[in-house]
Amino acid sequence: MSPEKSTDYGSAIREGFAYLLTNYPEVFVIGQGLWSPWYVGNSMTDLDKEFGIDRIIDTPVSESACTGAAVGAAIAGMKPVVVHPRMDFMLYAMDSIVNEAAKWSSMMGGQATAGVTVRAIINRGGEQGAQHSQSLHSWFTHIPGLRVVMPSTATDARDLLIASVLCKDPVIFVDDRWLYSESDILPEVKEVDLKDQGPRITNEGTQVTLVGAGYSAKLCTDVAKILASDGISAETIDIRVLNPFNSGVIVESVLKTGRLVVIDGGWSNSGFASEVIASVTEQIDPISLKSSPIRVTLPSAPAPASSALEKIYYTRAEDVAAKIRASIS
Amino acid sequence: MSIEIDLRSGFISKSKHLDVKLDLQGQLEEDLLEQLKMMQLIRICENKLAEMRKQGKIGGPVHLGAGQEAIAVGISKYLRKSDRIFSAHRSHAHLLALGSDPKALFAEVLGRSTGLTKGMGGSMHLWDQPNGFYGSVPIVAGTVPLAVGAGLAAKLEGTKDIGVAYFGDGAAEEGIVHESLNLASQLKIPVLFVCENNLFSSHMHISQRQPLQSVARFADANGIRNQIVDGNNLLDVQAASEELIDFVRSGEGPAFIEAVTYRQYGHVDWREDIDVGVNRSSEDLAVWKNRDPIRRLSEALIELNPKLESAIANQTNQLRSQIESAWSQAELDPFPSPSSLLGTVYSAVSK
Repeated sequence: MSPEKSTDYGSAIREGFAYLLTNYPEVFVIGQGLWSPWYVGNSMTDLDKEFGIDRIIDTPVSESACTGAAVGAAIAGMKPVVVHPRMDFMLYAMDSIVNEAAKWSSMMGGQATAGVTVRAIINRGGEQGAQHSQSLHSWFTHIPGLRVVMPSTATDARDLLIASVLCKDPVIFVDDRWLYSESDILPEVKEVDLKDQGPRITNEGTQVTLVGAGYSAKLCTDVAKILASDGISAETIDIRVLNPFNSGVIVESVLKTGRLVVIDGGWSNSGFASEVIASVTEQIDPISLKSSPIRVTLPSAPAPASSALEKIYYTRAEDVAAKIRASIS
Repeated sequence: MSIEIDLRSGFISKSKHLDVKLDLQGQLEEDLLEQLKMMQLIRICENKLAEMRKQGKIGGPVHLGAGQEAIAVGISKYLRKSDRIFSAHRSHAHLLALGSDPKALFAEVLGRSTGLTKGMGGSMHLWDQPNGFYGSVPIVAGTVPLAVGAGLAAKLEGTKDIGVAYFGDGAAEEGIVHESLNLASQLKIPVLFVCENNLFSSHMHISQRQPLQSVARFADANGIRNQIVDGNNLLDVQAASEELIDFVRSGEGPAFIEAVTYRQYGHVDWREDIDVGVNRSSEDLAVWKNRDPIRRLSEALIELNPKLESAIANQTNQLRSQIESAWSQAELDPFPSPSSLLGTVYSAVSK
């Protein structure tokens, strides 16, 4: 790969898989649609041909058993990845994730862990409606024992996937089809320890702190660009790892800017935006805030199918910028 | 040799076939005595736990398997330490039959740091991987897909180890079991499904929960080789286990044993649960106690060799004092330190 060649997010995930499957014989991938171009975009193209259908297992329509089997294989020492091409369908698998994988280490006195990676893909828009649209990452951040990861860049998509799979703990790795055309010039793979990863400043600024994860982190940088053209300096932070959540970087930033805006692709009530605001505000003197924190989330309704309603349902950078402008002036 | 009975319809609990005398099939007396000893050990442990729970010495619930010992003992005879056994809430027999230390089980039930899961699990969350026991948890059917996955791992690693999923007739009403059966069959995963059909799930008799009373019909539906056995007959369980475990180990796919049995205690703790639900009467309990797997085996052995009567009695007494002493030791063990609460939520090492 020549250094100047840029790689898109989907291809970066595929590179992560190829790296793992090449270097770690205990890695295998299980889930629906893995032999098909329909389900997972370009993120797994031909992995079955390159690494064999024994390790890239396309399955019966059984989210629950496939996830449970991946958890069991992890307990038995493998490093499985179970792929849910749409997060909505993954709800069938909640017992294996929440009751089994998340608690295994604690229940067994730390003598065994379920180092499974659950790859949950957010796939929304395009008039798909209520059950083909959800961003349910917040649910999983409530559970001790789960690590929750949301990459927003191509480099993170590859490297955090690798870190997630190598981690001994169960990881919910959430990627977003709306990010698949984002691209980076990828550096050489350097294995990182997931424990050391956390929120990261993506643009420095002084007047407002914008925080988001996954596609919302991209929205934050889009908003910052719009604000910059208005002469407002925004600092943007990509959360990257939502659980365990390390709010230190965000606290520092808010102490500097005095304003906090959190964009989240889920709903407000008990959602991750609320967690960010609560974690930050309980660590700072309220007097250091110049305005009330703002949550930017979905309206409290299931995703609509009609394009007319989709337009008002999903968050747009211009609207967020306008809201911030109003709060600053 | 399985008893030829049609358990696929009708009230299996009333079947007279389950009253037949044990045919020892010319097996070595020494081996059978060893198996009997393990069944007795399990029974004495379960009775001890019942008594201690009744006295309030145990703080949490215990789900006891007294009456079901022949199943775990018969199956474990053909398992290896490297196999991957998973179980559920009523798991003490499955664990002990693998050679696990009763004292470590007691310490766990008492919430002590020397317990099988270092005091973090109690009776319902047990682990002894060095003996092949990968874990038990009380979400009904929760570990069934895990055993499938552990079998899949063995297949991918190219070992001849197998997964074993112990579950009950109630678990067969959970959707995950059906997905697991289909997946294991389709991918030819080396896993043995063991359904202990003790006719009750909590307070409900199987006739109140399922239109047909054989759980093995679900194995048929998924193209899985299966046998229904008298779970209170060690020899019957052994014969099925030998054949089916050999089949699974050979890599030809999963297999399924339905062992019909009865729990002598109620669903949880020491009570007998007579008429807590419907169809668990004192008459039924008496019938089933008459089919006690331990009594049936010792009677068959003594009939063949009357000299064994005193040997078996001695063995029982020795086991009793051994278990008493294990309990007393466990009671002296320390509780977990406060730091263990947060210490094992995530793994200590990264990869």
